[in-house]
Amino acid sequence: MTEIAGKLFTWINTRLPIVNTFERHLSKHPVPSKVNFWYLFGALAAVTLIIQVVTGIWLIMPYSNTEEQAFSSIEYIMRDVDYGWVIRYMHTTGASLFFAVVYLHMFRGLLYGSYQKPKELVWIFGCTIYLAMMAEGFLGYVLPYGQMSYWGAQVIISLFGAIPYIGESLELWVRGDYYISGITVSRFFALHVVALPLVLIALVFLHLVALHEVGAGNPEGVDIEEHLDDDGVPLDSVPFFPYKVLNALVAIGVFMTVFSIIMFFFPEGGGYFIEMANFQEANPLVTPDHIAPVWYYAPFYTMLRAIPDPLGGLIVMASAVAIFFIVPWLDRSKVASIRYKGIYSKIAITMFGVSFLTLGYLGTVGVTEVRKTMSVICTIIYFAYFLLMPIYTKYETTKEVPERL
Amino acid sequence: MQDKDKTRRKVLIGLTSAVGLSGLPFAATPFIAAWNPSAKAKAAGAAVKLDVSKMQYGQQIQVSWRKQPVFIVRHTEESIASLDLALPKLADPNSDQIEEPYRGLNPSRSKSPEYSVFSGVCTHLGCAPKYFPEIEPKPWDATWNGGFFCPCHGSMFDIVGRVFKGVPAPTNLVVPPHMFDGSILTIGEDKEL
Repeated sequence: MTEIAGKLFTWINTRLPIVNTFERHLSKHPVPSKVNFWYLFGALAAVTLIIQVVTGIWLIMPYSNTEEQAFSSIEYIMRDVDYGWVIRYMHTTGASLFFAVVYLHMFRGLLYGSYQKPKELVWIFGCTIYLAMMAEGFLGYVLPYGQMSYWGAQVIISLFGAIPYIGESLELWVRGDYYISGITVSRFFALHVVALPLVLIALVFLHLVALHEVGAGNPEGVDIEEHLDDDGVPLDSVPFFPYKVLNALVAIGVFMTVFSIIMFFFPEGGGYFIEMANFQEANPLVTPDHIAPVWYYAPFYTMLRAIPDPLGGLIVMASAVAIFFIVPWLDRSKVASIRYKGIYSKIAITMFGVSFLTLGYLGTVGVTEVRKTMSVICTIIYFAYFLLMPIYTKYETTKEVPERL
Repeated sequence: MQDKDKTRRKVLIGLTSAVGLSGLPFAATPFIAAWNPSAKAKAAGAAVKLDVSKMQYGQQIQVSWRKQPVFIVRHTEESIASLDLALPKLADPNSDQIEEPYRGLNPSRSKSPEYSVFSGVCTHLGCAPKYFPEIEPKPWDATWNGGFFCPCHGSMFDIVGRVFKGVPAPTNLVVPPHMFDGSILTIGEDKEL
């Protein structure tokens, strides 16, 4: 029996590079021997993506993408479908936590220079994933056709209207109707469940292939490829299995605990994960008193609000995301990791972090004069972090990076 | 291969690619056009009619045209006369910055001196401003003379939908095509336009 299985396996393996691929990308893939917790969020993002795909498929089954049925089909999932509420809350919690781990993953990149040569493409694929996720999250939020779905989409689609000359017809084309109707919902549904997931999965594949080509980084910023053993494997590396896998399993365990606590006890996340207004069906004639985006868009929403002109707001908001793409060319430092960078970089990244969190907070609360001034200041700090990077990374004193990890 | 043949091959590849690529816009047409409003959506967006003679003076009503709120306000002579009071606060009192179908016809900005007809979609990001006709200090304006206030981002408009200075909304509320036949108001269509 085992002999037959072995023969079958050999037959397949000579036609499909199973063992080779498995060893190259999983079991024997060399990873830096010393990393810290910041390096776990990539794996957590992958886990969340799988959760989103699986729960998403299960949600498509009872969901109805028409104007009349969309909202009530969500109620139906929550009340009448066995365990429907678990699957939906898994999907909504997953969406928020996906953004949480991706934000931490991106911050790790900024901290330890994970975009520096030769990892530019890994970084760019990552930024594109983030962009696709933002679109995916927005489209998904419209599907329940609640009040916040409707008015959130109204605000976002109006942004297209700010584009000169073609804006208004573009808006009409995106909606396919004079308001956000069932027509809009069903096309967003198609994009949310088919088009963007395909794009996302393709991008994740490219992100990983590019990463495995150039090798993962480490918090010291040491290039482990400099010192190889006789087989060409870096001396300061360990194989992915079992060292990385078991490590990641502990992190996944902790993550799942947090995930479950939110999912079972605080699925609305205090109005930040699912906003209260979205428990009412969409009404095109009544705007909710307070429109706020879900927390993961809040920093960019604050920037949009801080600029009085819609086109200017749109440009600033789009630049805030686009600027991530050119970070590999903004950082002129000789060293990768914040540990060896100078004092200016440390101040800059701290101020950036604080301004990003403040922008996020401001996006979820109403506007007052003081808050408006604060949003403008934080927006300036946010952009200054990137735009001044070529200067402060070039002219600061850095520490000597050790040879070995 | 000779140089002459290489050049010939390049030209042929170029021409073939050009002919192939010229098909791209044709192939893309159905995919792009399918996103336009369908015949059903267009029919549902046709003009609406209503009788406005029953409205109280100073009253504001909201009609749904293309599922978007359209505001109708019936003015008294005094409120029309007091429009000038708001002038220093206004960003664009004569609606120079937008396409205004009935510019200069009436102070009410519509085809009737007594009624204002304008879209209830804030020109900032599309929320629906709320009507506060009272002349009294408001949290957002200590010298409020009555008008519209947008709860989303704090834009302010006077009672005929003209935008204030220094608010997020860039332009006045838009006046849709409309016509009066006696007291019957049609929104979404104007035979004279």
